[in-house]
Amino acid sequence: MTDIASAIHVTVLLATVTTLSLLVIATPIGWWLSRNRSLFKDIITAIIALPIVLPPTVLGFYLLVAMGPKSPLMVLLHPFGIRTLNFSFAGLVIGSVIYSLPFAIQPIRNAFESLGRRPFDVAATLRATPLDTFFTVALPMARKGFLTAALLVFAHTVGEFGVVLMIGGAIPGKTEVVSIRIWQLVEQLDWPNAHRLAGGLLVFAFCVLLSLLLIDRRWSQRHD
Amino acid sequence: MIEVSLKGTAGSFGLDASFSVPAQGVTAIWGPSGSGKTTLLRAMAGLTRLAGYVRIGADVWQDRQRFVPVHKRRIGYVFQEASLLPHLSVRGNLDFALKRNGDHTVDFDGLVERLKLSALLNRSVGRLSGGERQRVALARALMSAPEILLMDEPLSSLDGEAKAEIVPMIASLSRDTALPVLYVSHDAYEVERLADRVLRMSKGRIIETPDTAFNASLDGLSEAQVRALAEAALKAGIKV
Amino acid sequence: MTSRFTLHKRALMTAILCLSAFSAPAFAGDVQVAVAANFTEPAKEIAAAFETKTGSHVIMSFGSSGAFYSQIQQGAPFEVFLSADAERPTRLEAETLGVKGTRFVYAYGTLALWSATPGLVDGKGAILTKGNFQHIAIAEPAAAPYGLAAVETMKKLGLYDTLSPKIVKGSSIAQTYGFIDSGSAELGFVALSQIYKQNKGSRWIVPAADYTPIDQQAILLNPGANDPTAKAYIAFLKSPEAVKIIKSYGYTVH
Repeated sequence: MTDIASAIHVTVLLATVTTLSLLVIATPIGWWLSRNRSLFKDIITAIIALPIVLPPTVLGFYLLVAMGPKSPLMVLLHPFGIRTLNFSFAGLVIGSVIYSLPFAIQPIRNAFESLGRRPFDVAATLRATPLDTFFTVALPMARKGFLTAALLVFAHTVGEFGVVLMIGGAIPGKTEVVSIRIWQLVEQLDWPNAHRLAGGLLVFAFCVLLSLLLIDRRWSQRHD
Repeated sequence: MIEVSLKGTAGSFGLDASFSVPAQGVTAIWGPSGSGKTTLLRAMAGLTRLAGYVRIGADVWQDRQRFVPVHKRRIGYVFQEASLLPHLSVRGNLDFALKRNGDHTVDFDGLVERLKLSALLNRSVGRLSGGERQRVALARALMSAPEILLMDEPLSSLDGEAKAEIVPMIASLSRDTALPVLYVSHDAYEVERLADRVLRMSKGRIIETPDTAFNASLDGLSEAQVRALAEAALKAGIKV
Repeated sequence: MTSRFTLHKRALMTAILCLSAFSAPAFAGDVQVAVAANFTEPAKEIAAAFETKTGSHVIMSFGSSGAFYSQIQQGAPFEVFLSADAERPTRLEAETLGVKGTRFVYAYGTLALWSATPGLVDGKGAILTKGNFQHIAIAEPAAAPYGLAAVETMKKLGLYDTLSPKIVKGSSIAQTYGFIDSGSAELGFVALSQIYKQNKGSRWIVPAADYTPIDQQAILLNPGANDPTAKAYIAFLKSPEAVKIIKSYGYTVH
C-alpha cells in the first residue's frame, strides 16, 4: 500500500505546486489582458488557449522534446549539471503549468475585466498609486476569479494523465501520480485495487473542490 | 482661484469649456443631461484626459507641458453612485482614504458624527441604503483631506427624503470648512439651495458664468439692486 | 473481389475506425489485427507480403498488449491479437473471448540493453555496474513483458536496488525506445527487434538465461472466428515466408 500512498503524495504535491505557481504566473498575464483589448492581445489569448485544443499526448510529446537533452532550452542548463527535465518533478510541474495555463488565465482575466473602471477611478481620487490600487483594490475585488482558477487548475492537475505519461517515466515517489498508478493496476489486471484507488481519488478531489466552494460561499455572505 | 480651460472629445462627446471662479464656496455646474457636466468634472480631476489648463489655487494640475496624474492631485471626488469599495466595510472605506491622505489631520470622529455614520461604521457596503452610501462617499472624500471637492450629481439617484437629509449637510460642510466645492447637477432645487455661484452648461460649452448669471446670495443688496438682478435673471431664462 | 470493391470497403472501414473504436465487425477480405508495439516493423512487412499474396487487406493497430487486452474484454472488434506475452492470449482463451486451439507462439522475444550514444553500452553490459548515467529506461513491467524481463535481468545481476532510483518507465516498449532515442534516458532495455536492423548507438544483447523467455503468442479472437481472411492471416504467420521476415528482425522462431 505504500506505493499508493506515495502516488497520492506526488499527486497532491503536484496539484498544489501547480495551482500556486499558476496563481502567481497567471495574475499579471490576466491583468495585462484585461486592460484595453488589442489584436496583439487576442493573438496571445489564442496561443494561451492552445493546450485546451491539443491532445494531452501531443502536448506531452512536445514537452518531451523541449525538455530533452538536445533541446536548445536544456542546453542552457547543462552547465548546472542538468541534462534533462524529463522524468523529474520539476519537469512535471512545468508540463502541468502549461497544460492548465488557460484554466488559470481565463477566470482571472474575466474577474479583472468585470471590475470596470469605477473602482480604479475611485482609488486614484483617494490618492492610491497604480501599484497600490492593484494590490488593495483590484486583487481583493477579483478574488472570486482566483478561487475559480485555483479550483479548475487543481482538479485539472489531479486528473492529468496524458502529459504525465509522456514525460514522467513513472518514478515512484517522484513522478508516479495516482492516475498513472491506476493505469498500472489496470494493466496488471488488479481491478479491486484499481477501483479502490480511483474511488479514493474521486473522494479526495471532491473534498478539495467542495472546501474551495464553501470558502467562496463564506466570502459572498460576508460582503453582500 | 480655480482656473479651467478644457477642450477635446471624450467618446462621442465634444467639450469646449473655460471658466474662472474663486476657490471658495460652492460653484454649481448646472445644465441638462448630456451637456457635458460630468465630462468637464472628470477632465478637471484628470480621470478623463483632455487638452487644456487646470489650476487650483497655486497648483497647476495640467498645462501644455504637464499632466499631473489623478492620484497626485489632492481632490475629493464623489461619484453619482456605485463608488464604495465593496470588499471593505464602511470603516474600511474611510480608512482607505485616511491612510493615503498624506499626513493631513482630519477630524475623523467629528466628520462621522456630522454625517451620521456612527452606527454604520461596521456595516458592509452592500447593506446600505442609497442615502447612506452617498453620505459614506462624501465622508470618504473628505477623509482624504482634499484641496477641492468635486461632486458629480451625488444626489440624483436618491429619493426626496434622502436628498432633503443630505443637502443641508453639504451646505453646512462647505460653510464650515474652507473647502471649495464644484457641484454638478441638473436639479434646480439642489443648485438653488447649495450654490454660491452657477456655471450653466449646454452642448459641451459653458453658456453662462457668475459674471453674467443670477447670483443666489441676496444678502446686503438694496431693493433696486434685487429688482435689477431679478430682471436680468428672467432675461437669462433662469427660473427663480 | 475487384480492386474497386476493396477500395470502397477500405475507405469505409477507415472512416468507421476513425470515428469509433467499437464499430461494426469487419467485412470479409479485411482482417483487423491488434499488434504489440514491439512487433510493429515485422508486422508491417508481413502484412505487405500477405496483401500482395492474397489481395486481402490487413488493418493493424499498434500498442501495448495490456491496453489491447482490456479493449478486447470490452468488445473491441479485433479479429487477431498478436500479444507481447503468453499470459494475455491464455486468459482470453480461458475467458472464451479467443477461439480455442488457435493460440500459438509466433516469436520469441530477445531483450537488449541499448543506448543511442555509441560506446556507452559495452558488449557485456558492464555499464550497468558502473552506473554512470542518470536515467535508464524500461517498459512498464505491468504492461509489457519486456519491462518485466528488464526487471528480472537487473535482479539477476543483483543491481535492481542500486539502479531503482534511476529507472524511468515508458508506457509501452515504443515509448521506451523514444526515451532512449531522444537521449532523455541515456540507455535502456528494449526489444532487440526494435534496433536489429539499424546500427545506431551501442548495445548489449542480454543472455536468454537472465530472464523468463518472452513467448509472444497470437490468438484468433471471436470476431474473426468465421472470417476466412483472419484464418488465412494466422496461417500465413506460421508460413516459411513470414518466419523468414520475423527472424530478420532478431526474433527466434521454433
